[in-house]
Formats: sequence, C-alpha cells, structure tokens
Amino acid sequence: MTDIVPEPAAPEKSTPAPRAVSPFARFWSEFRESTVAVVALVVVVVLCLLALFAPLIAPQDPYDLSRLSLMDARRPPGFVGTGGYTHLLGTDPQGRDLLSAIMYGLRVSIQIGLAAGGVALAFGAGLGILAAYLGGRIETLIMRIVDLQLSFPAILLALVLVALLGQGKAQLIGALVAAQYAYFARTAYGAATAERRKDYIEAALATPLSGRRVVLRHLLPNCMPPLIVVATVQIANSISLEATLSFLGLGLPVTEPSLGMLISNGFPYMMSGRYWISVYPGVALIVLIVAINLVGDRIRDQFNPRLRR
Amino acid sequence: MLGFVIQRFLQAVVVMAAMSVIVFVGVYAIGNPVDIVIPPDATQDIREDAIRRLGLDRPLWEQYWIFATNALQGDFGRSFVYNIPVLELIGSRLPATLELVLISVVSATVLGVTLGIYAGYRPDSRISKTIMALSVLGFSVPSFWVGLILILTFAVSLGWLPAGGRGETVELLGIRWSFLTLDGLAHIALPAVNLALFKLAMMIRLARAGTREIMLTDTIKFARAAGLSEATILRRHLLKMISIPIVTVFGLELGSTLAFAVVTETIFSWPGVGKLIIDSISVLDRPVMVAYLILTAALFVTINFTVDLVFALIDPRIRARRTA
Repeated sequence: MTDIVPEPAAPEKSTPAPRAVSPFARFWSEFRESTVAVVALVVVVVLCLLALFAPLIAPQDPYDLSRLSLMDARRPPGFVGTGGYTHLLGTDPQGRDLLSAIMYGLRVSIQIGLAAGGVALAFGAGLGILAAYLGGRIETLIMRIVDLQLSFPAILLALVLVALLGQGKAQLIGALVAAQYAYFARTAYGAATAERRKDYIEAALATPLSGRRVVLRHLLPNCMPPLIVVATVQIANSISLEATLSFLGLGLPVTEPSLGMLISNGFPYMMSGRYWISVYPGVALIVLIVAINLVGDRIRDQFNPRLRR
Repeated sequence: MLGFVIQRFLQAVVVMAAMSVIVFVGVYAIGNPVDIVIPPDATQDIREDAIRRLGLDRPLWEQYWIFATNALQGDFGRSFVYNIPVLELIGSRLPATLELVLISVVSATVLGVTLGIYAGYRPDSRISKTIMALSVLGFSVPSFWVGLILILTFAVSLGWLPAGGRGETVELLGIRWSFLTLDGLAHIALPAVNLALFKLAMMIRLARAGTREIMLTDTIKFARAAGLSEATILRRHLLKMISIPIVTVFGLELGSTLAFAVVTETIFSWPGVGKLIIDSISVLDRPVMVAYLILTAALFVTINFTVDLVFALIDPRIRARRTA
C-alpha cells in the first residue's frame, strides 16, 4: 500500500566496496525505508513479547480462581481492587484483571495463529509444489480441489468443521488449516509452475540430482517470496478467524479464553454501558492484526517486481 | 461456445454430487440426533420408534440414497427442532438475509469502485492515501468487532439506531421486507454497514490495483495520444478493462457475503439464514445443517458457473482457449 515515489538515486548508500550483501541485509535496508512498516513490526514484536512473558509481567494470574474476587467484578478502568493494585483496564464479570486477561488471551491467539498458519503453509505449499512438479493427472486433481475450496468461503468451512470436530485446540487448528491451506497451495502452485519452466530447473533436472533434492533445494527456495507474503496475511487471518469462531461460541473451550472469547464474554454487558470488558480485548486484537497486515503489505510491495525500481 | 457451456455444466454437476456426499457423511459423524429429539427419560420403545421414524436405523448409504432422491425432488426432510419442512424453514428466513446481503454488496461495489479508481488514478494525493489507509483497516479488522463498535456507538451511546431485529416489515409479492419501511431501514442500517465494510475495502483495493496497472499500459497512452479526454478514457477504456476482476469478485463476494452474514446476523439478532445455521449447529439439527450446506454449495457452484460464462462473454480469448 505504500506508494513508491520514483527517487532520483539511492541516497547516501555509500557502501565502501561492492561487498557481498546478504539477501537478508538487503531486504532489511529496503524494509526500513517505510516508517509505517517499521512501527508495525515493532508493535508485533512487543505484543509477542507481552504474550510470551505474560506469566512474569501480568499483574495477576487470571486463571488462578483463588485470586479472583467477585467483589472486583465489572469494575471500570482505574479501579483499585481487593488485590491492592490498580486495574488499569478494569475487570471482567468474574473479577479478573482485564490487562492480565488480555496478555494471556494474546498468548492463546498468537499460538493458534502461528500453529494454524505454519501447518497450513507446510501442507499447502507442499501440495502446490508437488502439483506443479509432477504435472499430469495429479496436478489436475489437486488443483481442481484447491480451486473448488477457494470458491467456498473460509469462515463457513471453519464453522462447519469446528461443529463437526468439536471444541478443543487441536480441532480448532485443524479447522483453520483446512480452511486456509488452499491459499498457500494456489500461491505455491503459481510460483512453482513459473519456476519449473525456467532453465535452471531444467538444468538441475538434467544432472543426476534426485528429484527430491531439486524440489527442496532449487524449486522451493525460489517459491518462498510469495509464500512469505501469504503466510503473514494468513497468520493474521487465522487469528481473526479464531476470534470470530470464539465469539460465536464455537472456538476454544472456556478454560483457555482467547481474545475472541474475552470480547464475547463482555458483549452482554455492552448494552448497559460497561464497554471496557469487550472493547479493550478488541483493541488488542485489532492492533495485532493490523500491525501484522501492515508488515505483510510492505513485504508484498518489496517482492512485487512491477513496483520495483 | 456451446461446448464450453456443456463442459462447465457437467463439471458443476460432478462437484455438486461430491459435495452432497461429503456434507451428508460429515454431518452424519456428529452426535446422535435422537438425544435431542427425545427426552432422556423416554422408554426404550419410544426411543427405538423415534430412531425408526427418522430412518436412523438404516445403513449410511441407504440414508444417503433416500436423502439424495428426496432432495432432488425438493424435499430436505423436517427440522428436528421446529418440526416443519426444512426448505420451508430456510425459505422463511431467506428474504431477511437476501435483502441484507444485496444492499451491502451493491453499495460496497458502487462506492468501492469509485473510490478505488480515484485512489489509483491519483495515487499520491492525500485523499487517496487516506482512502487506502482506511481500506487497510476495513480489511484487517474482524467484522464481528466492527459490529460491536457500531452497536456501542450508534445504539448504546448515541441511541440513534436500533441494535437488533428487523423492525417493521411490509409484504410485497407475498414476502415480508424491511427495506420498504422507514423503521425497517433504520434496523437494516447497522448490519448492512457492518457487512459492507469488508467488501468495500476489498473493492477499493481491487479497483485501485487495476487502475494503477492499466493507466501505465499502451492502451491508455494511445488513447491519450488520440486526444481523448481523461473522462472518456476513464469511462470507456479503464472501466471496461478493470471490469473483469470486478465482475468475478462481485459474483464470488455475493456468495461469501451470504456466508459472512452468519456473523453479522448473530450480532444484530437479524432473523436470517445465518442465525438459523448457528442455532442449528449448536443444537445439532441435522436436516437443517445438511440442507443449508448443500444449498450454499449449490449457490457457489451456480455463481462460479455464471462467472465463467460471463467471463467467456466479456473476453473472447477465454472462450477460444477452453473450447479448443
């Protein structure tokens, strides 16, 4: 989304000698040019750290029932509770400190997003590249199924699968993977068919290298750029999809509330003006998703040859 | 062209048959529906009688066969919960969903394409940047969250619009509609905005991307060289060239909005099909689930089929390639 303004010459990139720059360093120096993307990346990192270290930094363990007091329930932000500390973001209907609940919720949401995105990436990319590499009947079959699934909305698929599989973390991740792998398969297939025709793959195939090695060492790395872009977007999507399912009451079991469930818990209280129970977990969710998407956007622009200088 | 139509049609039929098997077997795998229909303290006789009456004692393939032959004749069985024919039940909820979806998608497309062309035509102007920043928000923010904020702002804080229900309806052609009364329009406003925002963001990005690419092509250069006014170029050439992706997405989005309506309808207690399916899933009302999924699949297959045909009409190259 960041518009590339044609610049006269790369300013003050006075690298002393034409030293070999690692692809990552080159990528980073380009990425840095967009302030928005850098800020977004910082936000993502901070949120991940908050989630990772939640047990250490959260004011309260929100799932230790002995520490909760109904006296503290539904208090507005800034209330000093029976625990003796200020609830910066207020408390929920069970008297939980919302800030702590949000940190723990982030943990669950990010976990699910990464797990679902990762498995979908591995499975989808595997299928797509396999289809492109093998060709023939298998290619037609795989891609027909993928296309069919792409025409069916992911949310509906996830909804049905969660209903069929029942509640639980593994089931939820399974449903999210099933709903999303097709995007990876399509992308990988597109990239791999384009690469497959290039001379270097033909050359590699002509050598006595095994087919597996050609696929893994030559084809796969060159299909990665578009896959990375899709992966960022899909991780954000899984987080959002999981939140939606949890909000509808079809996601995770109550023992492990993600951000979506926190929002859902607060929904009934919204009408009576106790907005904070839903609003703050929602703000956390949105900041996370928007930040991931902005980072993904930047990466997409960087990989897009049409926008390249 | 005829060969192309027949080939696509056969494909659609195969897909539908496969879908119906998957859905039927999939839904069959969940729970035991008898437990919902009969009270837990019923005697063994009543239980077995119910199982026989619902046809649950026969083998799976036979149940599917009975289901498929009935379904082809338009009979999807009776809802376990409401005890009325499923088709009638879905039919009674459909108008509410349809009017919501149509209002959302049409307004999102008209507004989105206009804003998107502007943003692509003047990519560096401040307005375009604002439009794009907002579209990122519309794209990323989960729609249930937008719904909550809409309710909080317009229903709870400001008290301008109602937060749920359909409001007053008027009968037209034997069906009750909300959008024809002022009260109904007030009720439909929030859910329609909620449903439209995501589509709006998508249309903006699609139209902008298309415009940016096409404005750089030779077609536009030659049109300018020929002295056509910018307005004519935009209307006659640009709009035509970006119409292919937009028609596709419009068709596909119409279907996916029906699916997304599940969320919006739940938040705003809109009595449409989406709310029905969520309720049915939670009580395992199998006939309703199966019928809903099969009808949705049929809808998507029809939409894809139509989009393919429209494509072939707009772009002769596709026609030539596929039939060759």
